Amino acid sequence: MQIALFIIFGLLAVLAALNLLFQRHPINSALSLVVVMMSLAVLYWSLGAEFLAAAQVIVYAGAVMVLFVFVVMLLNAGEEERTHGSKVAYIAGIPGAAAIFCLLAFVFLKNKTALGTTQLGGYLSSATSNIRDLSHVLFTSLLLPFEVTSILILIAILGAVVLARKEL
Amino acid sequence: MVPIAYYLILAAILFSIGIAAFLIKRNVITIFMSIELMLNAVNLTFVAFSHMWHQVSGQIFVFFVMVVAAAEAAVGLAIIIALFRSRQTLNVDQVNLMRN
Repeated sequence: MQIALFIIFGLLAVLAALNLLFQRHPINSALSLVVVMMSLAVLYWSLGAEFLAAAQVIVYAGAVMVLFVFVVMLLNAGEEERTHGSKVAYIAGIPGAAAIFCLLAFVFLKNKTALGTTQLGGYLSSATSNIRDLSHVLFTSLLLPFEVTSILILIAILGAVVLARKEL
Repeated sequence: MVPIAYYLILAAILFSIGIAAFLIKRNVITIFMSIELMLNAVNLTFVAFSHMWHQVSGQIFVFFVMVVAAAEAAVGLAIIIALFRSRQTLNVDQVNLMRN
């Protein structure tokens, strides 16, 4: 059951990510990135992270991608020009990315038994979801970092407003 | 019953595609999108390890990554708009003010 869910949404995420890579129009890339994020939300849910699944849909697929699509449409971004770009990117970058993937896959597959398998559903306690445990940690021991992030977001809003003004 | 290794390999695939898109793409908005893809891949490993160790600290980390990514997206897109205003282009090859 869970392996079927994993295969369906994992394949969907990989295909949408490849679509992001191969599409030339930015709006197509943005919409395939939304598909990646929604599939990742399902995978978070299958790993027992219900709060993060909801936050992924609301924050990433909702807010951040709407911002991206908005900017693509505001700047009227057309199709990407076919330029050769940097030679270093093709010579060293693509084999480098493939090498990183091969190394990671080798390490993970070698330690497959030590890493174990997943159990479906909430794993910390059967009665409640993990939102309670998450908020308990977030609002007691990690209260200061949580408040600092609100200041960070405030600064980010001010920075965005200042940067996007007409006269810079 | 899915091995945790499969989730980690999926995250590695997404991260590698993000690196490739970051290097190949020439549009600055798409480059920014591939950074978001890499952040999402890392978030998936955090959630998978959090599930593996039966602790919420990994999920807390993902929460903070999400917050910072949202702030980063707001500031980054504002920078892209300012860049487009001054250079009238989104192609990173033509943004070469500091070259030479």
